[in-house]
Amino acid sequence: MPLSSKHLLGLYDTPVEDIRLILDTAKTFREVLERPIKKVPTLQGQTVLNLFFEASTRTKLSFELAEKRLSADVVNFSKSGSSVQKGETFKDTVNNIISMKVDIIVVRHESAGVPQFLTRFTNAKIINAGDGRHEHPTQALLDIYSIEEKIGSVKGKKICIVGDIAHSRVALSNIFALKKLGAEVSVCGPLTMMPVNIEELGVKIYSDINKAIAENDVLNVLRIQLEREAGSSIPDLREYREYFGINAERIEKNNKDILILHPGPINRGVELSSDVADGPYQIILNQVTNGVAVRMAILYLLGTQN
Amino acid sequence: MKVLLQNLQIFDPQGIQNEKKDLLLEDGIIVKISDSIPIDSGVEKFDFEGAICSPGFFDMHVHLREPGREDEETVLSGATAAAAGGITEIACMPNTTPTIDNAGMVDFIKQKAKGHLVNVHVIAAATKDRKGEYISPMYELKESGAVGFSDDGVSIKNAFILRKAMEYSKMLELPIIEHCEDESLAGGAMNESEVSTKLGLPPVPSVAEDLIVMRDILMAEYLDASVHIAHISTKNAVEMVRQAKSRGVKVTAEVTPHHFTLTQDSLYSYDTNFKMNPPLRSKEDVAAILEGLKDGTIDVIASDHAPHSPEEKDYEFIYAPNGIIGLETIVGLTLSDLYNKKILSLEKVIEKLVVNPRKILNLPLPKIAEGEKANLSIFNPDLVWTVDANKLKSKSRNTPFDKRIITGKALAAINNGKMFFEDEFISLSA
Ligand SMILES: [Zn+2]
Repeated sequence: MPLSSKHLLGLYDTPVEDIRLILDTAKTFREVLERPIKKVPTLQGQTVLNLFFEASTRTKLSFELAEKRLSADVVNFSKSGSSVQKGETFKDTVNNIISMKVDIIVVRHESAGVPQFLTRFTNAKIINAGDGRHEHPTQALLDIYSIEEKIGSVKGKKICIVGDIAHSRVALSNIFALKKLGAEVSVCGPLTMMPVNIEELGVKIYSDINKAIAENDVLNVLRIQLEREAGSSIPDLREYREYFGINAERIEKNNKDILILHPGPINRGVELSSDVADGPYQIILNQVTNGVAVRMAILYLLGTQN
Repeated sequence: MKVLLQNLQIFDPQGIQNEKKDLLLEDGIIVKISDSIPIDSGVEKFDFEGAICSPGFFDMHVHLREPGREDEETVLSGATAAAAGGITEIACMPNTTPTIDNAGMVDFIKQKAKGHLVNVHVIAAATKDRKGEYISPMYELKESGAVGFSDDGVSIKNAFILRKAMEYSKMLELPIIEHCEDESLAGGAMNESEVSTKLGLPPVPSVAEDLIVMRDILMAEYLDASVHIAHISTKNAVEMVRQAKSRGVKVTAEVTPHHFTLTQDSLYSYDTNFKMNPPLRSKEDVAAILEGLKDGTIDVIASDHAPHSPEEKDYEFIYAPNGIIGLETIVGLTLSDLYNKKILSLEKVIEKLVVNPRKILNLPLPKIAEGEKANLSIFNPDLVWTVDANKLKSKSRNTPFDKRIITGKALAAINNGKMFFEDEFISLSA
């Protein structure tokens, strides 16, 4: 069974059957990753371009590993900042690179809509690796995979995303997918970090972190962007840590069954205390491993369909 | 040279209304108006059966890019785009490079436009270099021909300088035209809404507009000065203008066709031709705008014609510049979406495209009468056509209305002894 689209632009437009197919396929690749020889010949002869217009270490590494394990030829292009400043349009920049005839493009960009824009002038299959504050579908899928690996289907589970929701593509992709899969989704953070009309996506808002811990099965904790937020959405990091930070004491007092996810990199002592980041409630490193499997699944499904 | 325009349904707010007439022009002057004028030899005739003729349309919010970005639009290409859109007079905004903030610059634009069918009026900057620090030399600007003052692109920076600008221009009896947007809330790529949340685009809230509309109304009221709100786009702003008018405040407002035809839902395509400032708003805002047009709260329809090169519109969404071209679609969209949908009567359409812009800028309203210079727009409200961006006369192509089917079309513009008809200029003088 193939995916219904030749691209993975976001989870807002991805049908639930496709989401399930990706998660199921990821299981197979998760097993491959446990083998002594982790390489399969699935994408032999296909070229994948990792087009990163924004600094990223983890996501790029994860994709690259997934591509190499599927035996694809891998080309990397990284450039941060806008093409505008260099007097070259984005379209020119990209046209230059894709004239090399690539089959799949994995793209990250600080402007929302860039993956969609790319589909208009290339024939390659596009995978969104994060566009602005819009979507980060592979991250959400690996989050969901990791939750289900630990506690079973997300259907009916209470999952809360904690942090700067307004600036988070991880939050948005998680909300879209989790809602489709039947989870009860909520968000927690100061109101200054909530995008307008977030309730219309069918999520509940918490402003009390203790309550969020007590009433949910899973917390997906976002990284607080130190540069961005100091002085605008929150008074300072100390206040955030004191009122929204997650530490072992809060967990033990409110809900010892909670599962903690974090997309990384962690600001230790801000959104997560070290005792939580290294403690028994979190599955942060599983997320990293599963990320490779989920990305292999997506590359495989898109790469092998016409 | 004599030209006979046949079978025109005349609508002159100061004269003949809803009567079918023939018009005989000689060297660009209306020499005879009659039910039927026999064709003499040597007279070129144009049969306009089914079309309406009004005094020339006036678009009071146009960005010509000269000087600075002549690759996007020049005074002449913009004026020709206006003629092709059925418009005989435009007022251009001062945000060129350099800024139109001195008499020499006003003169430069005027010189460029000299001899064209379209009268190009100049709105000069309200403050020097539109920086909001010192008011511009308004006296001198008026003497050189400026018809109003605006820092369009941005609001006049703060209440103190706004006050000075309003007082000074009040003395000169010229309006202040305000782009209303609170600077500290500005900078987003679309209207803040559930759609911006879903699309992950940095939002600009409607309250950014509302705050400045409120400030400007209160200041105009306090000083008994006048202010014209450019491209109004929010429900609250419309309501504030309505209430202010009922208190007798000298406030007027304009709306663009894109703000009464499109909503933020268009942004789902991430097409940069839907990126403008003010941004496309919600359905509720559009409904309030239609109400405001109906009850007269909104006085004027203006295009906010803003040419940008294709290169710039190919930038990533958050970097692409704001604005769309509109001179060649404003009349069609008004007829299609307001007149034909029975939002506005013909009389009201003429008020908003012909009468009120001139009233606000204190310019004479042309008459359709024997002995008068012909300054006319001819349009067919029933003609169905499809916009083709590649065929527009503007140097730029950034329109969200490409391929749109429109009912109602401008057919001809006549002014200054020239007629623009079927894609070309025809000289009407000897
Ligand atoms: Zn403006």
